[in-house]
Amino acid sequence: MKRVGMECATAVAHAVKLARVDVIAAYPITPQTHIAEQLSEYVANGELDAEYINTESEHSALSACIGASATGARVFTATCGQGLALMHELLPIAAGWRLPIVMVNTNRSLSPNLNIWGDQSDSMASRDCGWIQFFAENAQELFDLVMMGFRIAEDERVLLPIMVNAKGFYCTHVIEPLNVLDQEEVDKFLPPKKIPEYALNPDKPTTWGSVAFPDIQTEIKKQWDDALRSSINVIREVFSEYSSLFNRNYDIVETYRMDDAEIGLILTGYACGTCRVAVDALREEGEKVGMIKLRVFRPFPFDEVIDASSNLKALAVFDEAVSFGGAGGPLFSEVRSALYNSEGKPQVLGFIQGIGGRDITTDDFIRAYRETKSVLLGEKTVERDFRFLQVRE
Amino acid sequence: MENLVEVRWYGRGGQGAVTAADLSAYAAIEEGKHAQAFPSFGPERRGAPVVAFSKFSDKPILSRSDIYSPDVVIVLDPTLFKSVNVMEGLKPNGILMVNTSRSAEELLRKHEFLENVKLGVLNATRIAMDVLKMPIVNTAMLGSFVRATGLVRLETVIELVKRRFHGAAGEKNAEAVRRAYNETIIGWDA
Amino acid sequence: MKFKRTAKPRLSELPIAAIIPEPGNSKHYSTGDWRSLRPVIDREKCTRCGLCWIYCPDTAIIKAEEGRRYYVDLNYCKGCGICAEECPVKAITMVMEEEP
Repeated sequence: MKRVGMECATAVAHAVKLARVDVIAAYPITPQTHIAEQLSEYVANGELDAEYINTESEHSALSACIGASATGARVFTATCGQGLALMHELLPIAAGWRLPIVMVNTNRSLSPNLNIWGDQSDSMASRDCGWIQFFAENAQELFDLVMMGFRIAEDERVLLPIMVNAKGFYCTHVIEPLNVLDQEEVDKFLPPKKIPEYALNPDKPTTWGSVAFPDIQTEIKKQWDDALRSSINVIREVFSEYSSLFNRNYDIVETYRMDDAEIGLILTGYACGTCRVAVDALREEGEKVGMIKLRVFRPFPFDEVIDASSNLKALAVFDEAVSFGGAGGPLFSEVRSALYNSEGKPQVLGFIQGIGGRDITTDDFIRAYRETKSVLLGEKTVERDFRFLQVRE
Repeated sequence: MENLVEVRWYGRGGQGAVTAADLSAYAAIEEGKHAQAFPSFGPERRGAPVVAFSKFSDKPILSRSDIYSPDVVIVLDPTLFKSVNVMEGLKPNGILMVNTSRSAEELLRKHEFLENVKLGVLNATRIAMDVLKMPIVNTAMLGSFVRATGLVRLETVIELVKRRFHGAAGEKNAEAVRRAYNETIIGWDA
Repeated sequence: MKFKRTAKPRLSELPIAAIIPEPGNSKHYSTGDWRSLRPVIDREKCTRCGLCWIYCPDTAIIKAEEGRRYYVDLNYCKGCGICAEECPVKAITMVMEEEP
């Protein structure tokens, strides 16, 4: 292990290289480009012994990944925004066929309008595609989650693809320090990929994705849903093992200054760093506030969220995506639903921010906190309990 | 360096402002400190005004938002004064380091907006033309950054510059850094 | 010294689907600021062939109404130097923009 300065995108490519991936099929799209470029460089100069397939679109990229993974290869891809949207019809196939593909999705705003900057509209629009979904806060988490991703995905109790989400630009083009593992450490943690009995093989033919009548589709989807839900146990296990092996601290949900908190700020991804600074500032004023960070979004970590919110009077949930016409932002509606029958049942409010890469500042969190406190004290109400935080009316 | 120090680099697309910000962060990380560097993200176009950021601290840097109140502003191209408010948010008595052919006194006389700053000047363009035969001033401005702020050591930056630009280019750029360091004029006791 | 500040539109001012109703509105984006070098035309040497006008990628060379005289529109010229490069009689020189 050694401490280095790296661009977040390079940290991803470095992890993929150390993981000894077999196949990469990707199509460039800002701001994922640095990942694709770095990986193609590694393959071109021989540092990574893998097949790099340059497809003509993201639809083909994921198709190629699916084909390769079905034969038992260790596969990686990266995309975001319109690219992820173009892959959309294949996302459920990758998951339903139980293929342990790892993808880094550099969260980019879906068009219209043409916006290359980061928000979670792309991954949230795909939240029901049956993939495991993680959110990374910085270069260190990106490196670690990709590394753990291969291990978790390939675990026989899981066998599901993993989408590691990282905010476009703010978590791709930033240079920062991180500790990277060396090849020996990775080889011990991540064994060579096992090829399943049923893998696509001309000598042992099998049939995948056949027609399924109404009399069987339900069972097929339930089996898949069960697998996704129970994968949380394996995630917990691997997070714990990796943490003790490499001196990290990975939990499915991470809390910050929540011990005696009355109001919690719950969110995912890069903004958690800035949120911590806001929490510190509010604590200086004597406010009883803390942060709850979800590292895992799918499968939804019910127990951890309920546990973390158990003593709270109110919760402010932060989304970086709009669920058009929906019951609030995506994370807000899921958190509120999860807490519906909980004992303490805190008041839950939702705030949408960071759309299209609009900067999220400590002031934004402080504003939202003060508003949540006002609502809690009965001083004001927010219609339907959620709103956009950063609109110029 | 306990607290967070935030630096903004102003240049034009193609002048290397982003690379300069990157190298400043790499240098700090090399020295065991914490740093972040990122450009003002977006489509890149030669000649268009560009801003890059770098942050420095002895403690892990948690905030990932843009820089609104920089402690230091570095201007790679003085013609930017015409169209960009480089002083925006600069903390009172913050450092402003400018690539210019003028003296500090002339600058202060010509531009009323330069109040309440610690002004540093360097004719980085002349150094770049002498040493590199091209008006690419980013490495020279890195040298002036070290002189003006002392946030990283000169030798660390020179080592990194040699690694970044291989061979003869590395040596030349390193010379630009060193000359800039020596020729930077700062108007305060550093 | 005046700094350009483009007013950001408000929600209440936004046209439907953010469709821009005015054609050719790129004229409002003055890219002359991007310039480090400026083309200067020597009127004595200029033969008014019009090649600079044809080559300019930004349509920043304007043809005057009368007399086929060409001049640079400094609001948009980005200083790429293609006009100077292509001028068959070398009537155009690229000159460093002065420090303000």
